[in-house]
Amino acid sequence: MQSLTLESATEKSATPAKGTARLHVKAFTGAVIVIAFILIGIFGPLVAPHDPNKQELTAMMKAPQGVGALNVLGTDNLGRDIFSRVIHGARVSLLIAFAVVFVSGFIGVSLGAISGYFGGKVDFLIQKLVEVVWAFPPLLLGITIMAFLGQGLFNLILALVAQRWIPYCRVVRGQTLSLRGRDFVTAAQCLGASKRQIILRHIIPNLIQTSLVIGTFAMASSIIAEASLSFLGVGVPPEIPTWGTMLADARIYISTAWWLPLFPGMCIFITVLGINLLGDGLRDLLDPRLKRTGSGI
Amino acid sequence: MANYLLQRLAGTIPVLLLISLLVFLLIHAAPGDPTLLLLGEETNTAEVAKAKERWGLDQPLYVQYWRFLKSAAAGDFGKSFKYAEPVLNVIKTRLPATIELAFCAIMIATLLAIPLGVWAGARPNSWIDNLGTTFGLFGISMPSFWLAIMLILLLAGVLNILPTSGRSTYGIAGPEQTGFYILDSIMQSNWRAVWDALTHLFLPALALGVNMLGILMRVTRSAILEVMNEDFIRTARAKGLRENNVVWRHVSRNALIPVITVVGLELGTLLSGSIIVETVFAWPGGGSLLITALNARDYPLVTGLVMTYTLAFVMINLIIDGLYAVVDPRIRY
Repeated sequence: MQSLTLESATEKSATPAKGTARLHVKAFTGAVIVIAFILIGIFGPLVAPHDPNKQELTAMMKAPQGVGALNVLGTDNLGRDIFSRVIHGARVSLLIAFAVVFVSGFIGVSLGAISGYFGGKVDFLIQKLVEVVWAFPPLLLGITIMAFLGQGLFNLILALVAQRWIPYCRVVRGQTLSLRGRDFVTAAQCLGASKRQIILRHIIPNLIQTSLVIGTFAMASSIIAEASLSFLGVGVPPEIPTWGTMLADARIYISTAWWLPLFPGMCIFITVLGINLLGDGLRDLLDPRLKRTGSGI
Repeated sequence: MANYLLQRLAGTIPVLLLISLLVFLLIHAAPGDPTLLLLGEETNTAEVAKAKERWGLDQPLYVQYWRFLKSAAAGDFGKSFKYAEPVLNVIKTRLPATIELAFCAIMIATLLAIPLGVWAGARPNSWIDNLGTTFGLFGISMPSFWLAIMLILLLAGVLNILPTSGRSTYGIAGPEQTGFYILDSIMQSNWRAVWDALTHLFLPALALGVNMLGILMRVTRSAILEVMNEDFIRTARAKGLRENNVVWRHVSRNALIPVITVVGLELGTLLSGSIIVETVFAWPGGGSLLITALNARDYPLVTGLVMTYTLAFVMINLIIDGLYAVVDPRIRY
């Protein structure tokens, strides 16, 4: 794993001005996409033309009618408005992803900092836990948890957090190990700061940039994982519209109604693309050492 | 080397034990009484008590875990509720399909990603680099199941050139020998069946492989960029080697380590991805079996499959560790 965190030379070999400009364009494009979807998630439901769950059986399976019409993106097999459902889906998908990123970030950074700072038995135990949880193929653990605990928002967040704290924990532990020996930590110790104070006030602030970068990639993977679980029927309950449940509903109509799977999938793709662009940009700006770990998370 | 691998192998035992404990606890955390679930609602208490005794559910939890562990170690996960057959037998008939699919997905991913990554990394900021980087970004942002649906929509629905479900057309393939259809058909020199199996395999493998393709391409590119700045590359150029020679013989070989690491790490994602892709394409492998088992609340089968997949993942990572030494003779364990 350690070989993955070597510094890369991307920008060294490129002409600096061109490279930086390109970086900003990437990060900027990503930020615009992400902010747009967040705004849609917050305000969209207020302006959505229809109730996302309202069934209009006389208007079933209408093809997209274009801007200005009653059903801009068409309707599904129960006559529900796709456009309104996609908008509401943004809210649920993003909310779940944010919750997952924050909870797993909190757990991962705390455990990583404790593991790295204290070392010894505590470190051993935490790293064993990391090893065990990491031994599950990703998503499989989520599926297992959801299968046995049942559908629901809380269980879903739990199932997604179960593995997502690991990247934070691993990277943070490594960084804490090196921070622990730095002069400012020694100085704080000499001044009589408690271990808790050192971790909270001296170590963790130095880990925020890295965590932010890991967080963006965790966000991208959470959105895809949530959609995957919902698609498999073990994610959010079917009455909540998310992009994943919409795709699951669309599956049997693939051959007859192309608009059913196209739009929710497109939303997932564009959102994740935006987050990845932003993440790439942030990583290159804030922490080039993470160059290679990011995409795999 | 052998010593190191043995050590690592021994190290996986506690991990596997803890995983089995986790799976066991999850089963018991499931809401609802499994006896009621199995016997149905209309049972009297005497019947329930008898069933509990038969399945050992009246014992304390640690006794139950010990029994579960003992039989799991012997490869016995009990009988599947749905198929009324030992779990391991059910899994055995399905695994070749998953392995075939995963293998082809990896082939598609590595055969495209590594040349593309090397090419892009060797000429940073050229058009090929831009194309490759965009492609890589699309690859990692694409949910595999959506790509699967879109591929079905386009290649099968509109153009109608490829089959979209199952592993073969009924009646074309000969008798099963290994369970790997392509291998079986080649051994029987049944070329029509080989072609048939390949056409069935192509779309699922592509949908499954694209994600790994994106990640691998990105990793290869940055690994190449890194090695390009090394002193020995300057030396290779200074002694007048052709650029192609420099890139493929000196740079690529040294950039392989992180690429192999990522292949190993991504195999887990690939295994998970196969669960979804198999469901979309009605591919009769372990992944679609897992979803069937989940929907039928077939707990023994779910447990068996989760343990099988996890064991496979742990073993793959072990093999990858061994591969490092083969690729880079400087690594000695």
